[in-house]
Amino acid sequence: MSAVQTPRRDGGSRAGRPTATGAPRGASAPAVRRPRVAWWRTGLGLVLTAVMLFPVYWILNVSLTQTQDLRRTPPSLLPLAPTFEGYEAVLDQQLQALGVSLLVGLGTVVLTVVVAAPAGWALAKMRPRGAGALSFALLVAQMIPAVVMAMGFYSVYVRLGLLNEVWGLVIADSTIAVPFAVLLFTAFMSGLPDELLDAARVDGASTWRIFVAVVLPLSRNSVITVSLFAFLWAWSDFVFASTLNRQGDLVPITLSLFAYIGNNTTQWNAVMATAVVASVPAAVLLVLAQRYVAAGVTAGAVKD
Amino acid sequence: MSPSTVTAPSGTRTGAAVPPPRRRRREAGPGGSRRAALLFLLPLLVYLVAFYVYPLLRNIDLSLRDYTIRAFITGTADFVGLDNYREILADRTFGQAVVNTAVFTGVSIAAQFALGLALAVFFRHSFPLSGVLRALFLVPWLLPLIVSASAWSWMLNSENGVVNAALAAVGLPTVNWLTSPGWALVSVTLANIWLGIPFNLVILYSGLQNISADLYEAASLDGATGRQQFWRITLPLLAPVSAITLLLGLVYTLKVVDIIWIMTTGGPGSSSTTLAIWSYREAFGTGQPDFSPAAAVGNLLILVALAGGLLYLWLQRRQARS
Repeated sequence: MSAVQTPRRDGGSRAGRPTATGAPRGASAPAVRRPRVAWWRTGLGLVLTAVMLFPVYWILNVSLTQTQDLRRTPPSLLPLAPTFEGYEAVLDQQLQALGVSLLVGLGTVVLTVVVAAPAGWALAKMRPRGAGALSFALLVAQMIPAVVMAMGFYSVYVRLGLLNEVWGLVIADSTIAVPFAVLLFTAFMSGLPDELLDAARVDGASTWRIFVAVVLPLSRNSVITVSLFAFLWAWSDFVFASTLNRQGDLVPITLSLFAYIGNNTTQWNAVMATAVVASVPAAVLLVLAQRYVAAGVTAGAVKD
Repeated sequence: MSPSTVTAPSGTRTGAAVPPPRRRRREAGPGGSRRAALLFLLPLLVYLVAFYVYPLLRNIDLSLRDYTIRAFITGTADFVGLDNYREILADRTFGQAVVNTAVFTGVSIAAQFALGLALAVFFRHSFPLSGVLRALFLVPWLLPLIVSASAWSWMLNSENGVVNAALAAVGLPTVNWLTSPGWALVSVTLANIWLGIPFNLVILYSGLQNISADLYEAASLDGATGRQQFWRITLPLLAPVSAITLLLGLVYTLKVVDIIWIMTTGGPGSSSTTLAIWSYREAFGTGQPDFSPAAAVGNLLILVALAGGLLYLWLQRRQARS
């Protein structure tokens, strides 16, 4: 079901890069045909990465710049006299918004996994009627613009009084992740060996028990990938937050940052410091779970 | 469910001792019966109906009535049929939004694809630090869009932006990137290309991993140059993956709101307004929300999404056959 290829069982993309972790190929490596290490590629790669990541560097640089230096021309390329006043402002004003985002992110993860994992299992191994139609519906669901969903949710929430509620936002954010999650679980769980299930059934395990005790533990990697993306998308969401939660007491960090930009065009160091703090989950995930990220992206169904 | 197949749901299955007939009667999959499947699917089905189908139906209802904020509260809005659709098609913004959407989407995905492919080919050979650098290329994709968008806003700021400072340093005229009608769309497109490169890189890179190294070896033994190898091996064999990458890029770029809204709010005027932005602005971006035309624009976008889904399925089938 997955688009480009199913996520690899180990969640990573190890194929074809045995020495890619940075260890230079020494004489002991079996590099028979290419005796010399391609250092020029490393040099070019460093330059390309630097160009690509310049905006990220710029966020850091501006976040450390003193307020009176922000409007200097030309701008200083290095934070030579770094200040942390921007970060102090973040701690003063944004802690609550960060907490809200954390709550929304975790809520979205739980809702997404609870809804998607059993469904993925059913689609993978139980041959339900209408599986093809359901998969297609999930595919299309991922392509529906968030702005359309936002209007639909708005009109529903107005009546239910769910506007400006954190739980309303959790539900809306989960719609970004659920179709992706079901398709990813299905692709992954299809690869589990049938013999294992037969063995469990012979041992007297019920369908539910097999799912909980055998399938879920074996699917740990796909659960991690799904959770990671669900969290990241909920954390980063702007469209739902800015439409369904615009007057709430508890706003997530994306909306708080947006309001900050609007009100506070003089203090870009504080804005950028907020941006840095808002990016921390992404940075942590990149360091801790890069192989899951790569697996999720190649699973085809990806962020809008 | 009982451990054996004694209580098979519709009684068609025999005991476990006899291997079930393989061909026609596939009553149950290896994971469980169809009734169990329904139970496992139930949360998802309820979820889809409540949080997809119902909001989308409400959205259609919105587009067929004349809704205002007051009508939301009182719950009474006049039924106007297809008037909202006629209205948006006749609106002067519509033509511009379609052109902007086409330019924004077309240029974005073409550039993202070309750059992503170039980088994927570059990273195909492993070299010292290649794994780390490839991971770093994911950063723009992982950052919250609001963060990237505000970074670009400040970099492209007319008076204090680093881009204009760089232009001035080499003696070029500076540009009002975000505030002049001629450049706003260029600016948001640039930022969007930057955002999309990681996605294209990762997918195309994984596609390249599936091309056998033997082919390249054989080609280079036959004396094929790197360029010939790219055009004769890489590109043709990558075609199915490329098609899907481009299609996903198309669908995802069509619905982009965040980056444009944060950088320019679709302006100045409507110069960087796409269809998605138009819909967002009508419904949520002004003091006087106009939900009904916004919903009509949104429903047009859904039709595009549906077409995208069908095309995707077709491409996937074709790929599976080959």
